[in-house]
Amino acid sequence: MTINEIQDELIDDFAFFDDWMAKYEYIIQLGKELPLIDEQYKKDEYLIKGCQSKVWLHADHQGGKVIFTADSDAIITKGLVGLMIKVLSNHTPREIANSELYFIDQIGLKEHLSPTRANGLLSMVKQMKLYAVALNAKI
Amino acid sequence: MERTAVLERFDVRRIRKDFPILTRTVNGKPLVYLDNGATTQKPQQVIDAIVNYYTQLNSNVHRGVHHLSQLATDAFEVTRRKLQPFIHAAHEHEIILTKGTTESINLVASCYGKAFISAGDEIIISAMEHHSNIVPWQIVCEERGALLKVVPINDAGELDMEMYRSMLNDRTRLVAITYVSNALGTINPVKTIIELAHAAGAPVLLDAAQAIQHLTIDVQELDVDFLVFSGHKMYGPTGIGVLYGKEKWLNAMPPYQSGGEMIKEVTFAQTTYNELPFKFEAGTPNIEAGICLGHAIDYINDIGMAAIAQYEHELLDYTTQRLLDIPGLRIIGTAKEKSSVVSFLLDGAHPYDVGVILDKLGVAVRTGHHCTQPLMDRYGIPGTVRASIAMYNTKEDIDILVAGVEKAAAMLL
Repeated sequence: MTINEIQDELIDDFAFFDDWMAKYEYIIQLGKELPLIDEQYKKDEYLIKGCQSKVWLHADHQGGKVIFTADSDAIITKGLVGLMIKVLSNHTPREIANSELYFIDQIGLKEHLSPTRANGLLSMVKQMKLYAVALNAKI
Repeated sequence: MERTAVLERFDVRRIRKDFPILTRTVNGKPLVYLDNGATTQKPQQVIDAIVNYYTQLNSNVHRGVHHLSQLATDAFEVTRRKLQPFIHAAHEHEIILTKGTTESINLVASCYGKAFISAGDEIIISAMEHHSNIVPWQIVCEERGALLKVVPINDAGELDMEMYRSMLNDRTRLVAITYVSNALGTINPVKTIIELAHAAGAPVLLDAAQAIQHLTIDVQELDVDFLVFSGHKMYGPTGIGVLYGKEKWLNAMPPYQSGGEMIKEVTFAQTTYNELPFKFEAGTPNIEAGICLGHAIDYINDIGMAAIAQYEHELLDYTTQRLLDIPGLRIIGTAKEKSSVVSFLLDGAHPYDVGVILDKLGVAVRTGHHCTQPLMDRYGIPGTVRASIAMYNTKEDIDILVAGVEKAAAMLL
């Protein structure tokens, strides 16, 4: 699936949730299923700044595609990272760098999250794209 | 008997009617506002005064001879006149109006530092200070080659007074300590702290940002040298705060900022400074906030600080008891003397996750390190969830908070 196809699927999935609790329970579940970062990368240089909770993010290059792994000390944040990874992981650096992430707005996450959290989400996206650009340059 | 009488007079239902924001909803739920340590809501009386200022009084203060300028100046100075008895200052000119607590501390750090602190001198703060009462002193110490000493706390969140005693010596130039901890709620034994500092020849600055709205404060009885607080945490507007300083210190300190208002006479050869309090009030002040802070003081006085303190104390006990009934909940800050703040953690849940879920339920709390990172490090935690109460909170608010925390526990754990 392309990045946009995954985004559209998520928008459809979220449309089924009729209240905030169901939505957040789904996010929390995603957090529990997050592809965890290798312990060796859980240090300050892999930490994303701008989140109230800690987020570690690592990017690996396999067969021309970028594989993201991450972790967070907060479960909802972990779920949000999981959401981002679902969309962006396993695509080429060029696809990731050029992607436009419209699903965050459409599933009502940006408006529901506090400014600090929203900034954290934006920092996450920025960092994922930076990794992709860096890996693209290396190829 | 007397206690019951005070509480009967204290009518929280009537008080709530004065705060229009308390009737609004958040995320489809009635707002439960428990972030009063960050800022308090404003009563209609203060909101009306803000509107009245801009519709009837707006003009610059202290300069114009025209009618409106006189009215604005009078209204602004009335606040200073109300602040004097509110904190029991000896003189009106010992009340300096600033932007807030942070600016008040920075003013003392800068001006007292220039006048009295030199290489090898020592400043004492505590492990429970807000960043605003840490960083200005770090900067002064760096600039002047002085040493910053930190009084440790015990696990309950109380100052180690023995260590404090041992830190005082003839090189101690200032003790800067919070009256009430914003993150733990601890009320520090400020009277003793001041007596001991004075015995060592050092003045004391009290950060009263979390005390001024909850406790009766008498600066003369405390014999405190500097007292700082913010208007917006005591039901007044943002952008106005107070520095109380003993006349002898304020006179001995150089001005903070320079410009209009703080001068007596300016020639290109020399400038003579204005008298207190204007020496420390350069530039046009926040006139609206200054005037309306006076209305917030009236509001507090009408209800009575003793009644407020007693009601809030009872509510704090109720909050503590109810929260402790939740399995896996741990309160951070269990000092014997506490005011208005309950900081807690749910075992296994990040405070931020709890805060997000409470927000969904219309409950406003603060999560994070509360600008006290060294304190959080002391406890080895990333932060806490903090519920902080004000005079308009009710037991129903606390019940909704408790139900929310229980729901968060069910979802997160």
